[in-house]
Amino acid sequence: MHVAKAYWRRQLRRTGLLLVAWAVAGLGCSVLFVEQLNRISFGDMPFGFWMAQQGSIYVFILLIFLYALLSGRADREAILEPDAEDDAASPPTPEG
Amino acid sequence: MDIQAWTWVTVGLTFSLYLYIGYRSRVQSTKGFYVAGQGVPAIANGAATAADWMSAASFISMAGLISFMGYDGAVYLMGWTGGYVLLALLLAPFLRKFGQYTVPDFVGVRYYSRAARVVAAIAAIFVSFTYVAGQMAGVGVAFGRFLEIPFELGVGIGMVVVAFFAVLGGMKGITYTQVAQYCVLIFAYMAPAIAIALLLTGNPVPQLAMEEILPKLNAIQQDLGLSSYSNPFTGLSKLNVFAITLCLMAGTAGLPHVIVRFYTVKNVQAARWSAFWALLFIGILYTTAPALAMFAKYHILQQFAELGPAIAEESWMQNWAATGLISIPEGGIQTAEQLLEAINRDIIVLATPEIARLPAIVVALVAAGGLAAALSTASGLLLVISSALAHDIYGSVIRPEASEKQRLFIGRLMIFLAVIVAGVFGVYPLGFVAEVVAFAFGLAAASFFPVIVLGIFWKRANREGAIAGMSVGLVFTFVMIALMRAQNVIPGMEEPVIEQFLGIGAQGVGVVGMLLNFAVTTVVSLCTPDSPVSVRDMVERVRYPKE
Repeated sequence: MHVAKAYWRRQLRRTGLLLVAWAVAGLGCSVLFVEQLNRISFGDMPFGFWMAQQGSIYVFILLIFLYALLSGRADREAILEPDAEDDAASPPTPEG
Repeated sequence: MDIQAWTWVTVGLTFSLYLYIGYRSRVQSTKGFYVAGQGVPAIANGAATAADWMSAASFISMAGLISFMGYDGAVYLMGWTGGYVLLALLLAPFLRKFGQYTVPDFVGVRYYSRAARVVAAIAAIFVSFTYVAGQMAGVGVAFGRFLEIPFELGVGIGMVVVAFFAVLGGMKGITYTQVAQYCVLIFAYMAPAIAIALLLTGNPVPQLAMEEILPKLNAIQQDLGLSSYSNPFTGLSKLNVFAITLCLMAGTAGLPHVIVRFYTVKNVQAARWSAFWALLFIGILYTTAPALAMFAKYHILQQFAELGPAIAEESWMQNWAATGLISIPEGGIQTAEQLLEAINRDIIVLATPEIARLPAIVVALVAAGGLAAALSTASGLLLVISSALAHDIYGSVIRPEASEKQRLFIGRLMIFLAVIVAGVFGVYPLGFVAEVVAFAFGLAAASFFPVIVLGIFWKRANREGAIAGMSVGLVFTFVMIALMRAQNVIPGMEEPVIEQFLGIGAQGVGVVGMLLNFAVTTVVSLCTPDSPVSVRDMVERVRYPKE
C-alpha cells in the first residue's frame, strides 16, 4: 500500500497546484483583477481583456496537457516500483 | 449557383456521410450501445467530445452574444472551456477507472443507494431534455432559413437522421458520426473567419488579427457614443461575471453527456489525453469566436459610420429584415444604439460572410456546420436520456434480472422515444426550454459536480450526505431559477418574482446551489455513520490507475 499512498499524495499535490493556476488565470487575471491588468498593454490589447477572451483558454489547454503528461509519468513509475522494493529503497518522506 | 443550391449540396453530402457512418458502426451488445465497447482512441474521443459539447448555441449564437456584450462575453468563453480543466483533473480519469456505463451508475454504487441513483437519473433526464429541445429547434431554424422548407419538416428531417444512427449504433454510432461532425463544423467555422481576417487585416489568423481590430473598434464605438468594447462589466456586475463563469465551469464538468464520453476510451491515461484533445479542438473554435465577434461588430459599425441612416438600404439589412431577424424601427436607424437594438444576436455568425461579401459556397458551409453542431449535441444528449431510462431505471431498479438482449432492446426503444419527445419539444417549446443555460448548467453544477468530486476525493462522504446534498442543491437552484425567470417558466406569470439572490442572477445562481450541496453533503456525512468498507475500498481502487 505504501506506493499507492505516496502516489495518491503526489497526485493530490499536482492536482492542487494545477487548480491554483486554473483559478489564477480564469478567475483572478480575467475577472477579479481585470481592471488593474487592463492598464498593461499586450500587443495592442489591454492585457486583462486579452486574458479573459484568449489567454485563459490557452492556459486551460496547457494545464490539461501538463496533467496528462505528468500523471502518465507518475503512473509508469508507480507500476515499475513493486511495493516491497519501494519500502526499502526510498528515504522516509516528510508528512504534510 | 446561388446560396440555396450550394446549401442543398453541402447538407446533402454531409447528411449522407453521417448515415453511412451510422450504418457502418451498428452494434449488438449493451457495452457497445452505451460506451462504444470502450475502444475509442483518445484523439477520436477528443473530437467526438468537442462536437458533442459544441451545440447550435456555441456555433451560431455565441459569437453574436459576445459581439454585443464585449468583455462580458468572456463568461461563455471561459466558462465553457475552463470546465474541462475541472473535468480532466477531478472527474474523467477516476470515472473511467470506475468503468461502468452512466453517471447515475457511479452515484448509485459510490453511495450504495438506489434512491441516490434514481435522483441522479431524474436530474440527468431533466437537464438533457432542456438542452436537447433547443438543439432540435436549431435544426428546424437552420433548415427553414437556408432551404426554405417549413420549420416542422426541418425538425422532422433532423429527427430521422439522429434516430437512424443512434438507434442502430448507440454510443458507437454516435461517436464516429460526431468525429465527422466535428470536422464539418470546425471547417465551416474557420473558413469564413480566416477569409474575413484576411480581408480586414491581411493576417489569416483570426486570433492574431484581433489585435489590429480592437483599437479601431474601440475608437469607432467611442465616436458613436458607445462605451469602449474592451471595457469590463458594462452589462454584468463583477460578482455576476464571477458567478456565471464559475457556474458554467462546474456545470460543464457535471453535464452527464460530457462525462459519459470519458467512459468510452480504453484506459485511465486515454481518458486524460482525450480531455486534452477535446479542449484543444474546442479551443480552436472558442478562441476564434471572440475574433469573429469583433470583426462583425467592426463591419457593422463602420458601415453605419459611413452611411448613417442609409445603412437600412444595404442588401444584407434588407434580406435579414425580410426574415424578421432585423427589425428596422419606424423612424429609421438614427443612432448606433438603435442599430444594435434592431439586430438579433443570433444572425451574426450566419450574416457575417454575407456582410463581408464572401462567395455563396462559404455561406452554404456555415449552414452545414450549424446543422452538424446541433445534431452531434442532440445525439449525445439523447443517449444520456436513453441510458438513464433503460440502464439506470429499467435495468437496475425495475427489472434487474433482464437479459442482455432485453436491455439492448429497451435501450434502442428509449432512444427512439427520446428522439420523438425531443422533436415535439423542439416544435412546441415549453417555457423552461428557453432557459437552457440557467437550468442545464445550474442544475448540473448544483447536483452532480459536488457529489462526484466528494465521492472520489473524500472517502468519508456517505449515502445520507449525498442524498441530502443533491436534493438541497437541486431544489434550491431549480426554485431560484424558476422565480428569477418566472415569465418563461411559470405559466401565467408576466415578470420575475425575484430579480436576484445576494446579487447573483439566474445564470450564476447554480454556484450558490453548488456551495450548498458541498456544505450539506459534508455536514450530513459527518453526522451519520461512515460508508461500508467495500465502498471505501472501491474509492481506493478508483484513485489508483493500476488494474
